[in-house]
Parts: sequence; C-alpha cells; structure tokens
Amino acid sequence: MTTSLSTIDKVDNGVNVTALLGARESLQQVPEAAQFKWRAACQWLNGTHSRSVIGNFFGLGAEQSRSKTFAVEADHPQVFASEDHAPTPVELVLSGLASCLTAGVAAVAQRRGIQLHSVKATLEADMDIQGILGIDDEVRNGFGAIRVHFDIRAEASEDDIKALVAQSQKRSAVFDIITNPTSVFVTVN
Amino acid sequence: MRFATAIIIGAGQSGLAMSRHLTDSSIDHVVLERGEVANSWRMERWDSLRLLTPNWQSRLPGYAYDGDDPDGFMTMPEVVRFLQRYADVSGVPVATGTRVTRVRHTEGGYEVSTDQVSWRCRALVIASGACNIATIPSLSAGLPHQVTTLTPLQYRNPGLLPDGGVMIVGASASGIQLAREIHASGRRVVLSVGEHVRMPRTYRGRDIQWWMDAMGAMDVRYDALEDIERARRLPSLQLVGTPEHVTVDLNSLRKAGVELVGRLVGLRDGKAQFSGSLANHCALADLKMNRLLANIDDWVRTNGFNERFSAPQRYEPTDIAPDARLGLDLSDAGIRTLIWATGYRPDYSWLDVPVLDRKGRIRHDGGVVAAPGMYVLGLPFMRRRKSSFIDGAGDDAADISSHLRLGLARAAA
Repeated sequence: MTTSLSTIDKVDNGVNVTALLGARESLQQVPEAAQFKWRAACQWLNGTHSRSVIGNFFGLGAEQSRSKTFAVEADHPQVFASEDHAPTPVELVLSGLASCLTAGVAAVAQRRGIQLHSVKATLEADMDIQGILGIDDEVRNGFGAIRVHFDIRAEASEDDIKALVAQSQKRSAVFDIITNPTSVFVTVN
Repeated sequence: MRFATAIIIGAGQSGLAMSRHLTDSSIDHVVLERGEVANSWRMERWDSLRLLTPNWQSRLPGYAYDGDDPDGFMTMPEVVRFLQRYADVSGVPVATGTRVTRVRHTEGGYEVSTDQVSWRCRALVIASGACNIATIPSLSAGLPHQVTTLTPLQYRNPGLLPDGGVMIVGASASGIQLAREIHASGRRVVLSVGEHVRMPRTYRGRDIQWWMDAMGAMDVRYDALEDIERARRLPSLQLVGTPEHVTVDLNSLRKAGVELVGRLVGLRDGKAQFSGSLANHCALADLKMNRLLANIDDWVRTNGFNERFSAPQRYEPTDIAPDARLGLDLSDAGIRTLIWATGYRPDYSWLDVPVLDRKGRIRHDGGVVAAPGMYVLGLPFMRRRKSSFIDGAGDDAADISSHLRLGLARAAA
C-alpha cells in the first residue's frame, strides 16, 4: 500500500507530486487558505459568438495574478443557424471534464509510481434539444448522460489503470460539478 | 468526592479490557458506566443485528468465546452476556448507572463529575465508544416534515416503521443490512449509495475476517500507514452476520428489488437529488475488493497453502442500472421514512478539556490524548486496524495501560 518517495521519483509524468503533497499538508493546518475563487468574464461578440477572458483568481489567502490572460470563445454550429466560430458551450463543458479527469489521471499515476505513456479520453454526451428549444417541458436542457472512454498506455496492470481513472473521478472538481447540484446565483446590474 | 488512581469511562469491551490490565498492574481504578455493562450493545442496536465478526474472534485478555459455534455470529443478547460474564469473572470494579456529566483538568489529574458521586483521578481512560451519535448530514434540514427520520441507533425492526416506503441513506454495514430486512418486510426501499467497501462474507471457504486475521491485516499498526486519517475515515465493510453466512452486496440487494441511487446530494421542495457518481463509487469498491482478494491469493500462493483452500474466485462487477434516477419526489414515491445510515461519531459533550480538533475529533497519538494522563480507546484504527473490534480491545488496552503505568511512575519519581 505504501508508495515510497523514491518510487514516485522514478516515474515522470510531469506532475510535481511532492509540491502537491506539501500543499495538502500545509492546508490541513490552515484550512482558510484552501478557500479559492475562480473567475471568468464573458463578452458578447455577435449572434451566439462570445469570448471569455480568464485571468486572476483568489487563493491561499490572496489575489493570485497570472503573467497573461486566456481567451476562450464559444459559438453555435451552422445547424443552429449560427456561424460556428468556436465550439459550443456544452462542448467546452465536455472539454473541461476531459481535461480535469486527464490531469487527475496523471497526478494519481505519479503518486502511485505509475509511468504513463499515453492518455487519451474520448467523450460523448446525449442531448435531446427539445429541452433547449422549449418544445417539451419534461425534457431537460442539459445532458441526458455523458460517456467517457479512456485509452491509457502505462506501465501498470489493467486493474491498476482502472483504479487510476476511478480515483481521478473521485477527486475531480469538474466531475463533481457535473454529477452534483450546485446553486447558481445570477444578478443583473 | 471520591478518588481513584485511574478512571475508565465506559464498560464496553475496551473499558473492560483496560480494567483487566490495570488490575493486573495493581492500579486502583473504577469503571464509570452510564447504564449497564455493554450498554450500547443492549440499548442502541436493532433487533436482528449480529456481530460482523465470527465468534472465535471475540477474544479479550484472559477470556474468549468457548461455545460450540466458533464460526457463528453472536446476537446482541449473546454479546451482552459475553461481556457481562467477562466483567464478572474479571471482577471489574464497575459503577453502573453512573453517567459522566463533566470532566475537567485539576492539579495532577482530572475531576470527573457524574449524576451520582463525583470522582478525582490521576489518569483518565475514555472508553465510551466510537458510535455514540449517528452522523446526520446538514442537508437533512431540507427534508419534508411528513417524512419520519430515524438513525440506526433508533431503528429496531421494520414493524415499528410508519407505513410506506423507506429511503436509506448510506450503504455501509448498517445501510445494507437495514435495506435488506426492510425490503424483505414488503416495503419499497430506495438505497442511496456513496463511497462504500464491498466485501464477500466468505472467500475460498473461509470467513473474510479469518483471512484478514491470518494475513496479519488486523494487526497493522497506525504508525505504519502513510495516510492514517484516510484509513480512519474508511466506511465500515458491507457485511452482515447471519447463520447462513450470506453475502449482501449491491448486486444482491438490486436483484431482490431494492432501488439503488447515487449519494444523496440535495433535498429541496420535497425532492431528493442524487449524485451521478454512482457508477464510479461502485467501480472503486469493486477494484478495492479485487485488490484484497488478489492479496489473499498471493498470500496463499506464497505460503504454499493452495491445497488447503478452494480455488480463487472473482465476483460479478456491481451492476448499476444505466438509468439510475437522479431525483425522487419523496411524496410521489410514497417514501414515509428516511434512515440516516451515514456513520457514527463519539460524544465528547461532557469533556471540558481542550483536546478536540476543529472537527470535534479527539487529538491523540495511538490513543495517547494530547493532555497529560488522558487516554482514549476503541476508535477506528486507533492503534491497529482492529482497534474498534472486540478482538482489538485487548492489545490496545495492553499498550495504553503500560503507557499509563509508566506515566504514573514518572510522576511519582
């Protein structure tokens, strides 16, 4: 059960597990510092096309600024009579889930001393658009179900690889955001 | 005000084992017990409950099960008789009907107020149990008033429940046992499943507890683990003690007709919301069980015992309906009772010494509490994996009593 640090060091998935463990240790002593706030600001461009800018966030008891900001655009495809400048927001949600689980796989693998060679996640989500079009009130707007398939090459048994993916889901923020309800408060100026 | 060198709070297996060791060391002491010996086993268990460990595993210092059914599982009246007899043959100085109302620090020791006579002592051993209070999540506040709520500490049998369906929150040992018997009584049962530990009752012809015991897993020490807090938080194994040695898991419950849903994550406007993480919780439990079974197989092979046991076997993965519901209108579904099988915690409301952490847990190192001369016993994985088992009380009490004895000797020197 015990993974020694030397085992962790022998594999390199590019994850600084020692730093993460250190952070976990110190945040146990100072739980207030664990309170983070994530932000995004979105500007309407035209039609269904919009651009979000993502920059600073709050954490470890202070504003955290980055050296640059990131822009993420979204639009709708032509079948929705849009111009398809960028992925749809729901596709970005899938991308967020995939990236969160994939990062988790890498971190857990590093922690468990498992060298990864390749990790590929393929996602598909069902949606009945009668919901968003207001055709049928009994149909929800969001996904009916999401299927994630991981194709992972790593120096580990099949069950150990499955356990990486399971543990990644257990500790994933986006998986939690999608599988559990969250209160959303919207205000207007 | 009376004085004893040591006071033990609680006359369950831990308190009795501790008393036995203190007697052997000629340390004068008294065991304060709010009710009778084995009080929680008498008063706070449902009717059908049996121990989750086989009879042979009920071993205490200088005392063990000696009946004719070593592989059976004791009913609660049998556990009470077993512990009462232990108290009698060990001559435990127990003051029954004595509820501790307050413990505070005094010069060189502690003052223990009770609803009877009060005591002073130099050393204090808290053996009042790990399961005094059923943990109820804060989202319970959103429950409609028409729904009766119970905890496993209050539940007795299906016949005493209000008519109608029952939702059970939590699928560890308590939750799966209640789901099984309440469903068998002819009611609709919805079982909300979060993190759980799946375990077959028997494997390769032996009880699962036999394997854990034989492999030394029950003796693993708290200071040998990398993350002891995680081990201490581990939910109880999905086990039931029955004369038939049945395995109860989510597959058998689902086949019987119990409806499985994900972890309860919301109660709003009379509707329960369940997490979409059910499949992963089941996958985690299946993988964990298979790791244990693989460890057992390795142990058998390494020791050359293959001939002694039946062949290795693996169990069906937990089969979850892909359309497991994410919400339930409790009233429409006829759910009249909700049972919180979401864990237990100790009650330290009487402890007026600053030894609790921000989550109300007692701060201790293997039972040595962060206050001079104060000890705790019987908590999950306190010193060993078996610390909260009847079988674990003896070894922990032996360690703690030596520490206590040395502390007294040092103070006297």
